[in-house]
Amino acid sequence: MISGDKILMNYRYLLNKFAWALLTIIFVIVLNFFLFRVLPGDPARAGLRDPRLTVEAQEAIRARFGLDKPVINCFDSLNPLKIGNCAVNPLETQFFIYVSNLLRGELGISYHSNRPVVDILGERLWNTILLVSAGQILSIVIGISLGVVAAWKLRTMIDYGALVSSLVAWSLPTFWLGIILLFIGSRYFGLPIGGKMTPGAHFESTWEQWKDIARHLILPTITFTIIFIGEYMLIMRSTMVDVLSEDFILTAKAKGLHSIQILKDHALRNSMLPMVTIIALNLGFTVAGAIQIETVFSWPGLGQVFFEAVGRRDYPMLQGAFLILAISVIFANLAADLLYSYLDPRVRAG
Amino acid sequence: MTEMKSIESRNLHPAMNLRSAPVILDVQHVSVDFVSERQTPAHAVMDLSFMLREGEMLGLVGESGCGKTTLMLSILRLLPAAGRIVSGKIDFFERDLLDLTEAGMNDIRWKNISIIFQGAMNALNPVRTIGDQIKEAIVVHFPRTSKQSLAERIDELLEMVGIGANRKDQYPHQYSGGMRQRAMIAMALACNPQIVIADEPTTALDVMVQAQILELLDNLRHKLGLSVILVTHDLGVVAEICDTVLVMYGGVSAEYADVDSIYNDPRHPYTQQLLKAFPDLSRPKDRLIAIPGYPPQLNALPPGCRFAPRCPQVFERCNIEQPALYQLGPFHQAGCHLLSAS
Amino acid sequence: MQSQITVSGFGGFWANLKQNSMGVFGLIMVLMAIGMALLAPWLAPYDPNAPVKVTIDDIYAPPSPEHWLGTDDAAKDVLSNFIYGSRVSLTVGFFASFISIFIGGAIGIMAGFLGGRVENGLMRLTDIMLVIPDLPLAVVLVALTKPSLLNIIFVIGILGWTGTARLVRSQTLSVKERKFVLRAKAIGAGQFYIIRRHLLPLVLPLMVANTVLVISLAILNESTLSFLGLSDPTTLSWGQMLNFAFTRGAMSAGAWWALVPPGFGIVWVVLGCTLFGHGLEQILNPRLETHHLAVGEEMVAREDSRMTPGEIVELT
Repeated sequence: MISGDKILMNYRYLLNKFAWALLTIIFVIVLNFFLFRVLPGDPARAGLRDPRLTVEAQEAIRARFGLDKPVINCFDSLNPLKIGNCAVNPLETQFFIYVSNLLRGELGISYHSNRPVVDILGERLWNTILLVSAGQILSIVIGISLGVVAAWKLRTMIDYGALVSSLVAWSLPTFWLGIILLFIGSRYFGLPIGGKMTPGAHFESTWEQWKDIARHLILPTITFTIIFIGEYMLIMRSTMVDVLSEDFILTAKAKGLHSIQILKDHALRNSMLPMVTIIALNLGFTVAGAIQIETVFSWPGLGQVFFEAVGRRDYPMLQGAFLILAISVIFANLAADLLYSYLDPRVRAG
Repeated sequence: MTEMKSIESRNLHPAMNLRSAPVILDVQHVSVDFVSERQTPAHAVMDLSFMLREGEMLGLVGESGCGKTTLMLSILRLLPAAGRIVSGKIDFFERDLLDLTEAGMNDIRWKNISIIFQGAMNALNPVRTIGDQIKEAIVVHFPRTSKQSLAERIDELLEMVGIGANRKDQYPHQYSGGMRQRAMIAMALACNPQIVIADEPTTALDVMVQAQILELLDNLRHKLGLSVILVTHDLGVVAEICDTVLVMYGGVSAEYADVDSIYNDPRHPYTQQLLKAFPDLSRPKDRLIAIPGYPPQLNALPPGCRFAPRCPQVFERCNIEQPALYQLGPFHQAGCHLLSAS
Repeated sequence: MQSQITVSGFGGFWANLKQNSMGVFGLIMVLMAIGMALLAPWLAPYDPNAPVKVTIDDIYAPPSPEHWLGTDDAAKDVLSNFIYGSRVSLTVGFFASFISIFIGGAIGIMAGFLGGRVENGLMRLTDIMLVIPDLPLAVVLVALTKPSLLNIIFVIGILGWTGTARLVRSQTLSVKERKFVLRAKAIGAGQFYIIRRHLLPLVLPLMVANTVLVISLAILNESTLSFLGLSDPTTLSWGQMLNFAFTRGAMSAGAWWALVPPGFGIVWVVLGCTLFGHGLEQILNPRLETHHLAVGEEMVAREDSRMTPGEIVELT
């Protein structure tokens, strides 16, 4: 597609995007820290009193995370009316300890399972990626195709049919669709009722194991796909109609190209550009969808662990999961920006 | 009536012999409407006829909205969704283009008749290179061309219009406005068509570049034996390089003649007014005379002659009946009641 | 793609709306839901709060003449719960979206009108809010404060303003450049005056269309948060009904009647709002939807009785 020309990356543009992503991540880190301390039920103290932890563990936590130290300079809680000791060394505040821990990859110990948060998140992350990828890829491919066809056959029955279906799909609550599909699937099609693998099963080979996982993936993936098809279809349709109204399409027609050739060689490239941005923006919704679908289907991913942590008031887990979720979205947005700048020659060549 | 002195010395090329040159495009009594859901159809072009011969450059002149572009798009059947060609024939080498299927039309498009759009700035795809888009024009009609020949041809075309061949891998946004127009011309010539339609190719370009482009078109025409329809509202340009002129007003043909007759013996009041509205450098003290009033609304047309509301020589019959076209000479027609012999 | 708001008064608006069947359909759907919510006491066969004597057979009882939609895990009539549930879902949706619209509108107007650093800063803020995923943040905020209806309304409200802000800002920017605003400034009109007299009348109609869509999102969000158990268990919204059904064995009991209706209600209202909102948008922002490939055989439309071509009269 971009054959044979030198890739003149527009450095200023890239730098700008990187800087902005970094800034947002910093914001999220700060937000993450304060969020869990501002809210009632100061987690640090709550954690210390948490009966699930042994006394030794409590001591260790206190030392490691500096819970006896001031939260941040001048305040030893976040109540601004309490005037704290301003002579405190900022390097000894909880905030600093938190950040330095973070940079070392230390996210705390889960109150619930007594394991390091990072480990748990690491396992779960891959499960979520597996789940989300299948659904997203399917919905992107099908949604975009439908959008192209609907735009091409504007205002015909095909278009109206696609429009209505997409609007209905968009209006479905993700969790409800999951419930309905799970109900029908498990009752009438013998599909698994949840989880990633059949509990207690032994597998002869990796292939057998993967087949089992695949069976468990069917319903959640279908749910994911249906939910997102509507959105991609609608946006692709709208983008495509805009692109097909441009002057260069008339030029293509004047050159004697058929509709399909025009769609393929002119319209598609130009409308994929805005789609890339949309797909990136959708990642926020993907996270929301993942939380719901993992809950309904008991899929052991980030969403499920996040939700369980909420119920259990497992603050370190909650904090860690929230951070990972937010950072993934930010990174995905950044990746989309980079991809866009690579695809659009107007940006690339400056 | 008007003394445009430059006629004899207008170009270096000999005046065309309209009698002997073969006719390649014969547009006969073409009418085009624009339909809409809630209003009566707009009659954009009515009963329009003209001919184009091999090697001829026809100047199509008229105000904005008089139907020039619509007429041109009709030849290639590229009207927008609301356009309907409601009557007429368009004979290209004696085959009626309006009888062709879409596939047949696609074959003719660009290979035999190409078009340079008004505002070529946006007529190029911004995410593909210029060279690529020219290549596409060739490959669509000559799919077996070797890569070598393609590259050579693209280079040749770009050189012809004065763009260095080394710029073929650049994108439209890297070209200046004038260069993009020239690239469009290069692309329009890619398949060696018989007819090139140039729809106001110099709008929005500065005067120096305008002159270059028009000179380029004229030279190319003589070099390659092309026929050109030059759509413009600039009578000065027409005087310089065209062989024949079709003056349109409100969708109808006001006057259609060889260029000498138009300038030396204009018979339609609109043509006369147009000529007066253009400054003549040899007579700097003459006042510019603007034509008062506005062009007609195409779906609420006056019942008689379309120019009647603005015509300085209007009389009663003009508001009641549309004038017929009167043949004033072998290559001269005008549609005005003043010409009826009685 | 700026809008031309050419709707002249309410009468013109109504005429336009009637021609837009999608918008009308959506409006009817929404009105039916609102009607059901308002007339709940008269429509519902049972009072959801009335205590019920429970035997094991009454839990998840299938639909019957006494209970058209069967009973739930607490032997309460599902149909009555459904009808009353609309009240909660709709109320939360409306109030939460009003908060979002207010915040978004204020930010949008300020950013568009004041420009400069203010606009820059506000737009950066909007970008950050857009990037941070909504649901996790909402879950955290609601869970760590007290799960209650008020909290949910508040949280959904303060997280849902970004779309409105962008829309209002771009509309403000385009209106700001229009002649009558420049003239008003030239004669010394104050900023608030300009905002009130000139800006708002042109921005508000678009905001109305946007509001409807924001409401639909708010209702979806409320149902999600309730399903996840973050709502007040005593107020039975549709999402809450689904939470109970799901966590209390409706699936294994095969009680589809406890699972389908609440979700159906949500889809009905959200779809109605979406259709109505899109219909409104089409009226306010009429885009002639066509493109170069939407052209067909109809272009050459010569009838057999062709128009008589004009004569050409010979003159000598």
